[in-house]
Amino acid sequence: MIPAIKIEQVQKHYGNLQALRGIDLAIEQGEFFALLGPNGAGKSTLINLLAGLIRPTSGRLSVMGFDVQTQYRQARHALGVVPQELVFDPFFNVREMLRFQAGYFGLGPENDAWVDEIIECLGLADKAHTNMRKLSGGMKRRALIAQALVHKPPVIVLDEPTAGVDVELRQMMWEFIKRLNREGHTIILTTHYLEEAETLCSRVAMMKQGQIIALDSTANLLKKIPGKNLRLKLSAALPETLRPLLRHEEGNEYMLALTEVAQVERVLSQIREANIVVEDMQLIEADLEDVFVDLVGQP
Amino acid sequence: MNLISIEMRGPWTLFKKELLRFWRVSFQTVAAPVMTALLYLLVFSHVLEGRVQVHGVNYTSFLIPGLIMMSVLQNAFANSSSSLIQSKVMGNLVFVLLTPISYLEFFLAFLAAAIARGLVVGLGIYLVVILFIDLPIIHPLLVLAFTILGSALLGAFGIVAGMWADKFDQMAAFQNFIIMPLSFLSGVFYSIHSLPPFWQEVSHLNPFFYIIDGFRYGFFGVSDMSPAVSLSIVALSFFAIAWLALHMLKSGYKLRG
Repeated sequence: MIPAIKIEQVQKHYGNLQALRGIDLAIEQGEFFALLGPNGAGKSTLINLLAGLIRPTSGRLSVMGFDVQTQYRQARHALGVVPQELVFDPFFNVREMLRFQAGYFGLGPENDAWVDEIIECLGLADKAHTNMRKLSGGMKRRALIAQALVHKPPVIVLDEPTAGVDVELRQMMWEFIKRLNREGHTIILTTHYLEEAETLCSRVAMMKQGQIIALDSTANLLKKIPGKNLRLKLSAALPETLRPLLRHEEGNEYMLALTEVAQVERVLSQIREANIVVEDMQLIEADLEDVFVDLVGQP
Repeated sequence: MNLISIEMRGPWTLFKKELLRFWRVSFQTVAAPVMTALLYLLVFSHVLEGRVQVHGVNYTSFLIPGLIMMSVLQNAFANSSSSLIQSKVMGNLVFVLLTPISYLEFFLAFLAAAIARGLVVGLGIYLVVILFIDLPIIHPLLVLAFTILGSALLGAFGIVAGMWADKFDQMAAFQNFIIMPLSFLSGVFYSIHSLPPFWQEVSHLNPFFYIIDGFRYGFFGVSDMSPAVSLSIVALSFFAIAWLALHMLKSGYKLRG
């Protein structure tokens, strides 16, 4: 099967700045894929390259087998992009804007039923005749998602779709996107919310400074952090001997990384020897954030 | 919509969107320029009528085609340039850039909308003026040809300016330091034969002069230059600016980094 996305040896330079330093990545059809990384890692650059909004310095990108430069018409038909910024056209209402967007893809009145369905599914029905300017931030976000779907693209890219979105909308949005994934759409998202990637995505690429530093199934990445996290609230500072285990600290709360549960015993005895009282304690499963912190060096 | 082939639906939609964009604010984009032109006409004709005759035509009649064309040109420019700069600054240009619409289709849609705005404003002024003043049109086809070519030239120029400008004040500078001087110094208010020789020569370098002179010929059958020469110069200017605009669009200048 043709991969939904194929990225080969892609580099992007802005003058001396190397935004992407040789990216290779294939995303299969039907995947729910997450692109993680701190700000400036190159996630948005990669998405903009896929969308044809910028051009690579070298390398090739294709969407559903169509080269994004030489076969840009087919590639763009196959791709729906939800941009990160809350951009909108202030002249039109939601329905007009969606119909125009469908029209740009060569779709006419025969597509109106689908437009109405998206409006319904995203909870925009009572705002269909409201000017885009007058929508709240959350509603604008829904409209952006709707706009990316008007031409029924097999591949959908969401760039930080939940930034600044309240919990209720976030859940509704994910339900809808999960449904699209079940119906066969390939979903690619970038997010800062690692728990979202962990619960939704089957595969994850982690980026840092223009490179992919980890690419694996979510389950495998989680396996890379064996052990558990021990959260401790202490009456005094953590003994120096335990510092090597420290993952992060906040006041007198410490998160220690353990490779096995048996370590708890040793940790506690050292604390006791230092005459420090344990005020609170919790043993937590490692999550994607830990993998992320280990690889990227910052949450 | 059914008359439009599936391949042409994309650019056709963009054209319709651009039309609707200015029509939604027609008070500002059509009524205001009509009003401004009528005020010019009222003031200048009141002051100068009876004192000045140009090519044997009384001053008020002479002035009208110039004013119509000046408004046509300024509005054609404003249409494409303001749409582009606005959607660039707002960020919503991305919705068009994400679609399969080619750079040539993009150009044609913006150009056609600019021409439409020019025609609507020009027609608006003409229809109001003829309520009060008897204005012949000797060569209607020439009038139409200069209107379309003139607004096409300025529409294409507006695309260039809209792509180049990053901020509204850069666009205002374009409008105030290029478009306004070119239109005011083009013979809208006078025949260039009334200028000193040096300024006559300078006027010959201004493409707006040929548009207005040829347009005026369509009404009265008299002009400073031969209409064929004017038409050729305007057409050549259009092709030059259109080539520049297309070249910029194709290279993705400031649109696709």
